[in-house]
Amino acid sequence: MQILRRNLTAYGFLCAALACFTVFAWYPMVREFILSFQKTDLINEPIWVGLDNFVTAFRDPAFGEAWLNTLEFTFLALVCGYAVPFVVALVLNELRHARAYLRFVVYLPVMLPPIVAVLLFRWFYDPGPGLFNQVLDVFGLPPLAWLDSSSTALISLVIVSTWMNMGSATLIYLAALQNIPPELYEAAELDGAGIWKRIRHVTIPQTRLILLLMLMLQIVATMQVFIEPYMLTGGGPENATVTVAYLMFQNAFTLQDYGSAGALGMMLMIVLLVFAAFQLRLTREDKA
Amino acid sequence: MQRSTGLLLASALALSTAACGSGSEPATPSAGGAKAVSITVACQPAKSAPKERQAWDDDVAAFMAAHPGVTVKSTDQQPCFDPKTFGPKLAGGQMETAFVVPVTNYNDVIAKGQALDITPYTNVIKNWNDLRPDHKELVTKDGKVYGVPNVHYSVGLVYNRALFTKAGLNPDAPPKTWAEVREAAKKIAGLGAGYVGYGEYSGGNTGGWHFTQAIYGRGGDILTPDNKKAAFNSPEGKAVLQTLHDMRWVDNSMGTKLLVGWESLMVAMGSGKVGMMLGAPDVVTDVVNKFKGNVADYGITGFPEAKASLSGGEAFMINPKATPEEAKAALEWIDFRFNTVGKGRFDFARGKTLGNPVGVPDNAVYGDSPTGQAIQADRVKNASLPVANYETYVQAAGTIPPKAEPLYAQELYAILDVPMSGVLSRKDASIDQLLADAETKANSVLAAKG
Repeated sequence: MQILRRNLTAYGFLCAALACFTVFAWYPMVREFILSFQKTDLINEPIWVGLDNFVTAFRDPAFGEAWLNTLEFTFLALVCGYAVPFVVALVLNELRHARAYLRFVVYLPVMLPPIVAVLLFRWFYDPGPGLFNQVLDVFGLPPLAWLDSSSTALISLVIVSTWMNMGSATLIYLAALQNIPPELYEAAELDGAGIWKRIRHVTIPQTRLILLLMLMLQIVATMQVFIEPYMLTGGGPENATVTVAYLMFQNAFTLQDYGSAGALGMMLMIVLLVFAAFQLRLTREDKA
Repeated sequence: MQRSTGLLLASALALSTAACGSGSEPATPSAGGAKAVSITVACQPAKSAPKERQAWDDDVAAFMAAHPGVTVKSTDQQPCFDPKTFGPKLAGGQMETAFVVPVTNYNDVIAKGQALDITPYTNVIKNWNDLRPDHKELVTKDGKVYGVPNVHYSVGLVYNRALFTKAGLNPDAPPKTWAEVREAAKKIAGLGAGYVGYGEYSGGNTGGWHFTQAIYGRGGDILTPDNKKAAFNSPEGKAVLQTLHDMRWVDNSMGTKLLVGWESLMVAMGSGKVGMMLGAPDVVTDVVNKFKGNVADYGITGFPEAKASLSGGEAFMINPKATPEEAKAALEWIDFRFNTVGKGRFDFARGKTLGNPVGVPDNAVYGDSPTGQAIQADRVKNASLPVANYETYVQAAGTIPPKAEPLYAQELYAILDVPMSGVLSRKDASIDQLLADAETKANSVLAAKG
């Protein structure tokens, strides 16, 4: 009882957090699960339709494209968004001067609201007077259609996404790097290890857990990509940037087909759960 | 400490509860003792159109002064009808007391019981009997009236007369065939970098909307007569896409930028570098009012080679949760702002002083009735632009049969965005495959709708 009383404030805050999670996270998940088995217009009484919504979602000509685009986006976003921030963090960690300033510069894009970043890139990508094509022109290269071509639209979105999210990832890596005991590096140097050997035998093993965690978190986050296609391309051209999350949104709010949108959401959640389970297992193994 | 934390939490909860409840303020009681009502109304112009917004706000103030006890709160969601938020707002019961519904959604909204039966109140609309009967029919089901028709349009070819002159074309003899459209577009694009001969949409449902306009013009259809299957995978549908593909990739007359949604094409038109586009006369109004187009530069002519013209429109409907007093007040507002000759949106004298393009022959919701004639006379009297620029459209509009938008139009438009963006973004686009995929998806959606 005494322990309970001592922790009353903590329980108070915990209850508030639990209430928020229940209302804004868990209830929608349960509701979506139910929706995926119903045909409903959200006004009249819903009808239970079994797996019909999953079949409808599967038969959608955009279904395969959406999954392929999502996987491609996730892969490209990992190549850029996972490796680049780690390298930047390594460089920042090695710097002796202007470290705080550069940290601020790297983190700056995170502080921009996504809508501003997206509008900025819309101007950068403009096939006419856009900044990127002007830069290409300086180097004598032909202009690109960027968002207006099925072959370049997706990678254009990856660039925006990487730019917007790099700051956070870099700071997390940097924090992990700064937790490595300096004695390990000193010992490695005494043993004659160069920079690559120090990274391979000290940095990577010491940050293994955070690298693993970030990998899984990035997979989970990038597979749900929505803002970039919604704001920049509307899923086009020709479905080239339709992702699973965007298709879900389109089915629900444009086609008013909440059932198949729910089914898509469930499929995406199952895939993400697999990654989450994998991450848990790896983390457990690592701790053991 | 624990007590203060509890108090803090309680205060926060109390404050948030108060904040949640503050959306519904009591209306000021009327001087005459009648029951005070507060109504919400859609379609206030955006802050980016300050003069239009001020005119709206002045109308709200004038209306409230003339109707003591009625408080009008405006919402400025732009565009007034947004297909992405319409369904959820409707489902969530979040619609304003008076809200706009496009003709494509009349049946759905009425069937779902989301519009009030206003049969007992139609006398509030003073010119009710002059509204076009075919439009009133559309908002009537089982003898009950559910809306006040507000807008009617049919498609033509909007063109930039200044660019025609600059390209050596005669602006008084605009294209009458698609071959002439292609030739004119090539000449305009030939003016130099950044000039677009012919502008077209490719996303945000507008690509599919314009595909529908074009296929109707060629005599094709979107759905089979029983509305059960898609009918756009047809010679007419292929002709629409082939023409666009050839204009984009063979003639290079459509520019290099995909004009994804409504705003992007309007911005391009307003910049004065787009020669032509399919559209209703209200395109000119929007281009001038919202996107800084020069009013004297634009004209509109008949829909080239059209066998039918997509005609559309919208109506105001009343939230079914409205009390009789609220419903009556909302209809009085609709009558005041949208249906009175010389007032509200038909205050052409004010429109002229605001710099609006007065004289564009848009919105024939009153047809040739006495009210329609009075509106037209007032419009011509206060015209701020050469009315002759629109004469060919008026003549053609009278001869091309109107054709309504398809059932589940917004859903189908979203699906048809894909083939439109396909031919405009990819030189090697397979028109057959694009149409076949869109057909599969459309049939799936139609089957799900039952």
